[in-house]
Amino acid sequence: MLLEIRNLHAGIDGREIIKGLNLSVEKGQIHAIMGPNGSGKSTLAKVLAGHPNYEVTEGEILYEGKNLLEMEPDERAREGIFMAFQYPVEIPGVSNSQFLRLAYNEKMKHLGREELDPIEFNELLKEKAKLVQMTSDFLKRSVNEGFSGGEKKRNEILQMAILEPKLAILDETDSGLDIDALRIVAEGVNKLRNSENAIILITHYQRLLNYIQPDFVHILADGKIIKSGTKELAIELEEKGYDWIKANSAHC
Amino acid sequence: MAKGIEILTKREYKYGFVTPIETETIPKGLNEDTIRLISKKKDEPEWMLEFRLKAYRHWLKMKEPKWGNFKYPKIDFQDITYYAAPKSKPKYNSLEEVDPEILRTFEKLGIPLSEQKMLANVAVDAVFDSVSVATTFKEKLKKIGVIFMPISEAIREYPELVRQYLGSVVPINDNFYAALNSAVFSDGSFVYVPKGVRCPMELSTYFRINTQESGQFERTLIIAEEGSYVAYNEGCTAPQFDTNQLHAAVVELIALDNAEIKYSTVQNWYAGDENGVGGIYNFVTKRGACRGKNSKISWTQVETGSAITWKYPSVILQGEGSIGEFYSVALTNHAQIADTGTKMIHIGKNTKSTIVSKGISAGRANNTYRGLVKVLPKAENARNYTQCDSLLIGDKCKANTFPYIEVMNNTAKVEHEATTSRISEEQLFYLQQRGISQEDAVSLIINGFCKEVFRELPMEYAVEAQKLLGLKLEGTVG
Repeated sequence: MLLEIRNLHAGIDGREIIKGLNLSVEKGQIHAIMGPNGSGKSTLAKVLAGHPNYEVTEGEILYEGKNLLEMEPDERAREGIFMAFQYPVEIPGVSNSQFLRLAYNEKMKHLGREELDPIEFNELLKEKAKLVQMTSDFLKRSVNEGFSGGEKKRNEILQMAILEPKLAILDETDSGLDIDALRIVAEGVNKLRNSENAIILITHYQRLLNYIQPDFVHILADGKIIKSGTKELAIELEEKGYDWIKANSAHC
Repeated sequence: MAKGIEILTKREYKYGFVTPIETETIPKGLNEDTIRLISKKKDEPEWMLEFRLKAYRHWLKMKEPKWGNFKYPKIDFQDITYYAAPKSKPKYNSLEEVDPEILRTFEKLGIPLSEQKMLANVAVDAVFDSVSVATTFKEKLKKIGVIFMPISEAIREYPELVRQYLGSVVPINDNFYAALNSAVFSDGSFVYVPKGVRCPMELSTYFRINTQESGQFERTLIIAEEGSYVAYNEGCTAPQFDTNQLHAAVVELIALDNAEIKYSTVQNWYAGDENGVGGIYNFVTKRGACRGKNSKISWTQVETGSAITWKYPSVILQGEGSIGEFYSVALTNHAQIADTGTKMIHIGKNTKSTIVSKGISAGRANNTYRGLVKVLPKAENARNYTQCDSLLIGDKCKANTFPYIEVMNNTAKVEHEATTSRISEEQLFYLQQRGISQEDAVSLIINGFCKEVFRELPMEYAVEAQKLLGLKLEGTVG
């Protein structure tokens, strides 16, 4: 088992948002987590990545059998957890390639593998950038500074491609994307999926799932998974709406 | 809950050691006899003594300036030693005569002076307390006409040159600390680049204060003749004492027609402990005169040390088409104070100036940018661009910006931009989520913030400066 979440309770500023969530993810799987605004989707992503402002009050998270909650965010990242941000952050004056090389080399160091010098890394970067149709001009610019919404999201997927995570959490990566950008991002993700990694797709809309096919769909409401199924569940949800699912699942 | 950004401890100051050598000091206190004694020890000509005494008499009538954006205990000028020198010899003819302890000290500071280990392509003048102990590549430079030597030596060997320019940019009565320096300065560097010569190596002076009760009053004079070019760097460290020491230097630069001087400083004097006990008072007057047409003077400073940094490296843009630049990073942590900036005085036609100031404040520190852009009536088409950015780490520090703009010619174009930002938790989390440790994340953000200044520094200094900022801020977020 890659990830095992048991009876997770978590929140921010003393307010409980996730109220007893269970989820198991195996290598090679894609799990979509859908839910209305405020249901706790992004909180789950941030708790998994270790955002310092979120607090876990109950339950446990095992990642490759280890207690994830004891690990610092950077440790989690080096161990293979990646989160694509809903709102990627700007870092003025730091070039994208400089940032990516540092991140890449930190991971290589951690794995006891060889670090790359700027020239070697540039080759790797150029190769990976093709995946999300990014030009070298992007790589020279400061991290996310002056990027359009679509460019920021593509940049997140580029980072995923460089860091090759075991568990990628895509937090509303589809939000704010036009149809072309959505396709580029989805194609990038599809190329990165393999039997050794897993992806958690957090999304509000079914639209993204037309491009990235999930193995499982979970409906999150009020901090709990109220219904799980396959991708047909997402289609049903799209047709009938969250209220129907909520009403319906109350009987189960 | 949130770990947040808060101030923890600071890494120890790496250069805080004291070199155990016998030092010859003169008794504490300042009067005309002290000045005569310093002048005699330096074997100076009469005119130099007169210069000093005149400065001293002005100083007596002057009052300590109070306009800085900070307070500090009153300095007792009679409780300072004005001359401290390693006992072995007041003047060194070769490296063999220098106390090995001193050579080891500089080596420890990363400034090897012996022939075998000398830094390639950088000529170094090493100043220890009040004297210059060694100058490397002196002979090699002399062959192409470049004079690089301790100023005390230049006063004896090139009296006409020194006499012509000393005090011509910073007059002896310019300000309280400049007058004091003019009276008691002990050593420093002298550089003369003849007409048309592009100095083939970087010149560099390393200042080390070792004695506890002494002040350091160094004096630097750089003259770039027509069409010449020189890049000069200075570095500074001091031992860790729980008393404050005064460092009151004067630096004068003169650029004639088409000459260029690039002056870089990485200042890392002892800053005092986290409660603000001890540290250097760095009260310095630095000024350059672009006297010639199309001449250029560029100041780059990275100020990370000192309990208080109080200085405004300035440029007087006299020559038509001359250019003045000021690139600054001032970092203050704990109880440190910096009140720094520049003055650009546009006198000639078509003169241009650029000011880029980056202030970083952490702990309870107070960081002030103060700058003056003055365009005089005859300065047709003067241009200035000023950018002042402040970065705050934590919520107990302060950043202030005091830009003064005085324009007396309506063809001038003066631009000013200012920003204040914080290192946000979201930035740190983002970088950490990519596997970068929190310390490295802070360092990366800071280096990005300072990029426009660091790229002005010589390569080795830029690397050094980046490391230094990382060390200084280690543990400021947690």
